[in-house]
Amino acid sequence: MHPVLKWFYQWAVPHFVYPRIQTGLPWVALLASSLLVIGLVWGLVFAPADYQQGDAFRIIYVHVPAAWLSMLVYMAMTMMAISVLVWRIQVAELALIASAPIGAAFTLMALFTGAIWGKPMWGAWWVWDARLTSELILLFIYLGIFALYHAIEDKRQAAKAASLMTLVGVVNIPIIHYSVIWWNTLHQPPSLSKLDTPSIHPDMLWPLLITLLAFKLMYLWMLMLRLRTELLLRYPQSAWVQAIVQAMVQAQIQPTKDKSKDNAR
Amino acid sequence: MRFVRLVQQQLSLAYANKLDWLTPLLFFALVIILFPLALGGSPQTLAAVAPGLLWVAALLATLLSLDSMFRGDHDDGTLELWAASQASLLRYTYAKLVSHWLLYALPLVVLSPLLGYGLHLPVSALPVLVLSLVLGSLSLVWIGAVGVAITSGIKYNSFLLALLVLPFYMPILIFGASAVDVAAQGWSALGPLYLLAALAVLSVTLAPLAVAKALKLSLN
Repeated sequence: MHPVLKWFYQWAVPHFVYPRIQTGLPWVALLASSLLVIGLVWGLVFAPADYQQGDAFRIIYVHVPAAWLSMLVYMAMTMMAISVLVWRIQVAELALIASAPIGAAFTLMALFTGAIWGKPMWGAWWVWDARLTSELILLFIYLGIFALYHAIEDKRQAAKAASLMTLVGVVNIPIIHYSVIWWNTLHQPPSLSKLDTPSIHPDMLWPLLITLLAFKLMYLWMLMLRLRTELLLRYPQSAWVQAIVQAMVQAQIQPTKDKSKDNAR
Repeated sequence: MRFVRLVQQQLSLAYANKLDWLTPLLFFALVIILFPLALGGSPQTLAAVAPGLLWVAALLATLLSLDSMFRGDHDDGTLELWAASQASLLRYTYAKLVSHWLLYALPLVVLSPLLGYGLHLPVSALPVLVLSLVLGSLSLVWIGAVGVAITSGIKYNSFLLALLVLPFYMPILIFGASAVDVAAQGWSALGPLYLLAALAVLSVTLAPLAVAKALKLSLN
């Protein structure tokens, strides 16, 4: 087999995935946090103020990436759900379950920052607009998937049920995306969908693109953290997990031994 | 077993056990009766909120009726025999859904104009109410069945079922209630009715695939 193909297939094997997460994690964490700091400082401090909305528009640097990620995480979960139901990949089951709370958190963040933005701009924390309502539905779908997984005791069966639920829920994603175009709503149409001529000035656009990338990496970071835990919890009997736990226990014992020596002295 | 025979069998079972399918109907009527008592009998107030009330009550009554859909067949092993046999689980699903709609949704539809009249809805809006409920209840039952099938292996699943199914009911509720509302104000309700019809076609054709898959998963 071609080495690249082999490397790719190994992502379906738990004991190959775990060490890869371990090596990748610091890099992803470093990149995500530095991009987040650069993007947020640039956006919140140095980007020019909007001629209509003043400084209030700056919440865009949190709101838009969060809203974008709320849908992107769902699309990622859809891919994982297909991998679960078609190829029965166990790592995908764990990644799907690890993603659901992250997606719910991004959705909640988008709704919350949207409310903060809506109060000065529209005069209300909340309006029953198509975009807002469909985003709220997305939050409940995330929570439903999570609750379903935890309600079923056999975790493999639970993951399959959650995958099926994810596939059913994907109908909501195009509704969210096109709601501002289909219905004449209060929520403004997308600023970034027209890639050739974005309806936003480059000085404001660049920090937004950086925070978008930073939020994507943040999802990857959190997914790695959660997936790592899920892997350890799912295969407690396997040799590789036992070895890792042994090493962890050793590392815990070692410092306390030294301390007791110090005390004796 | 032929499709018609399956439906007949379900209907004769229901004939033997009338309380089972009459309860959601009574629930629907009682919930509607609560509102004039709570809001006072003013015709203007009632007529203004009637479309939403009727739709929410019909939606909740349908949700309550869903729970029993596969329960019996799951517990006594009928479902396992169906899954193991040569016959398609899809045909069983369709028969179950059609008979469920005939038993639980159709009575609501039939009763709704009477309750609408009681809430002082204009008589001209009553046909739209009936039509919107016919189209909407198809989606409600077919989409709800996916949730029932997914949760069929779980004990005490009624809250989980509501959590899973209600988000998907929201678009149906929006278009259904707005159709009646628009008709009550004397405008043409064709727009929301077309959307309801589109949702009904989508759910009637696609949902059974997910139901059959979920039933298979729950049997494991």
